[in-house]
Amino acid sequence: MGNTLLQYSTVLILSIFVGVEIVAKVPSILHTPLMSGSNAIHGVILVGSMLILGSANTSAEEILGFVAVILATLNVVGGFVVTDRMLEMFKAKPKAPAKTEENA
Amino acid sequence: MSRTTLIDLLYLVAATTFLIALKGLGSPKRARLGNVVAAVGMALAVGATFFHQDANGKGLAHINLMVLAMAIGAIVAVPAARFVQMTAMPQLVAIFNGVGGGAAALVSVTEFIKLRSTEKPATYVVLEVLLGVLIGTVSFSGSAIAYAKLQELMTGRPITYPGQQVINALFGVGSLAIIVMLLISPSTILLWVLLGLAFILGIAFVLPIGGADVPVLISLLNSFTGLAVAASGFTIGSNLLIVAGTLVGASGILLTRMMSKAMGRSLANVLFSAFGSVVTASGDGAREDGRTVRSGTPEDIGVLLAYASKVIIVPGYGLAVAQAQHVVRELADELEKKGVEVFYAIHPVAGRMPGHMNVLLAEANVPYEKLKEMDEANSEMSTADVALVVGANDTVNPAAKADPSSPIYGMPIINADQAGSVVFLKRSMRPGFAGIENELLFDPKTVLLFGDAKDTLTKLVSAVTNS
Repeated sequence: MGNTLLQYSTVLILSIFVGVEIVAKVPSILHTPLMSGSNAIHGVILVGSMLILGSANTSAEEILGFVAVILATLNVVGGFVVTDRMLEMFKAKPKAPAKTEENA
Repeated sequence: MSRTTLIDLLYLVAATTFLIALKGLGSPKRARLGNVVAAVGMALAVGATFFHQDANGKGLAHINLMVLAMAIGAIVAVPAARFVQMTAMPQLVAIFNGVGGGAAALVSVTEFIKLRSTEKPATYVVLEVLLGVLIGTVSFSGSAIAYAKLQELMTGRPITYPGQQVINALFGVGSLAIIVMLLISPSTILLWVLLGLAFILGIAFVLPIGGADVPVLISLLNSFTGLAVAASGFTIGSNLLIVAGTLVGASGILLTRMMSKAMGRSLANVLFSAFGSVVTASGDGAREDGRTVRSGTPEDIGVLLAYASKVIIVPGYGLAVAQAQHVVRELADELEKKGVEVFYAIHPVAGRMPGHMNVLLAEANVPYEKLKEMDEANSEMSTADVALVVGANDTVNPAAKADPSSPIYGMPIINADQAGSVVFLKRSMRPGFAGIENELLFDPKTVLLFGDAKDTLTKLVSAVTNS
């Protein structure tokens, strides 16, 4: 068990440094999408919730797991859809026709 | 390759896609693709989990319940995310973050109950569970209050009461005592008590934080949820959860610091100072000292704008609230037709989150190169004839530079006061989020036009067209 803990801790430490490094280079205009995107990524708790529900032995565990899966799905699905909607706004657009439809 | 190895391999792929996504968010061109890549990775991970087997080769039970729960979650989440107004994005992020924290807390609690039923769990396992429960629950209830504040279900002003710090400290000490007791002898009942305490702690933590600071708070809670997920990852033994949770936790804390820095304040100041609870501005046009503001007609201002050679638009939260991003672009187009040079000066915290204003203006087809960041805009401000401030206040308040006694002293601002003349489009004389008077409003070169930003801008468009 001690070895497993050590292995997980290694992953933890490395992830901290990678996380900080990656964000240090993000321009400020993308901070909101970044927050939203990372919000979707921690929705990976859905995997944990599935494992919990899938191995539930008592009805209490079943109920807790069921609620956890619902909440985690909200997090994942909502997170990715909102981020996509934000980033949709950043796609390159043809500049010229923007005005004509307003005047027509 | 055994089934478990294959699943672990897919988890590794998923973790890699998350890294690629976060990396991709660093550039506008690759950001959207990055998000899609992460979504695919997430789908892979979830798909693989259906085939999970424990050490005894036993597969997952309750698959039907699982699919049902996912269907419920997806049916609620997609319309909410798809059809909510762009201005309501911050609170939507808050709520999706909160439920993630709640899920992480539930996973930790359930795993604890399961472990307890077989053997006495090791101390470090209990510690992981406690961290997951505590952080996850604080994130859940804190996000709920943040949502209520932004959605204006409750006042956006800080809520303070006598002895608040003492009561919060008592909650903190109480939680700590329970954690120690739990570490000595793990008990399920005590864990539920801790969950309840953490819930109250999350609420108490967020109540004294003012509406203007809530975005920083959401970023912090986002980071918390990441850490709670990482803690759950330790408990159930999942590298994927540890990697993803830690990435979000670490990057979230950095992002939070960058956001509070943009407001010229330390994170501790944002969280504990109940900023903006005291309104120091008088709140109406004529004040005791007899100073009044100058308000103009749309026609006056239309002429002023149409005959300028350079206009800098400074958008703020008022523009977002009024959904005026399309009209402001129309105005800019009209001005450009008349040969006026127009660009937008974006304060780092304009709107309600960093980058929020960029998203709104991009939605209205405002080209990228027209959006200038604060420093760049400030260097050109003295050459501008008019600074058109739409629904912004604190972000152009010169007191931030000049008055050391001002609560916003030290916050970087857009130097609208350096332009030839200043036009404010404001709903009323009410002060901004920080609740302080803006001297620039009383400056002789300032003209005000009162009203909803969308209405006044529409009037300006026709005034400019006719002049």
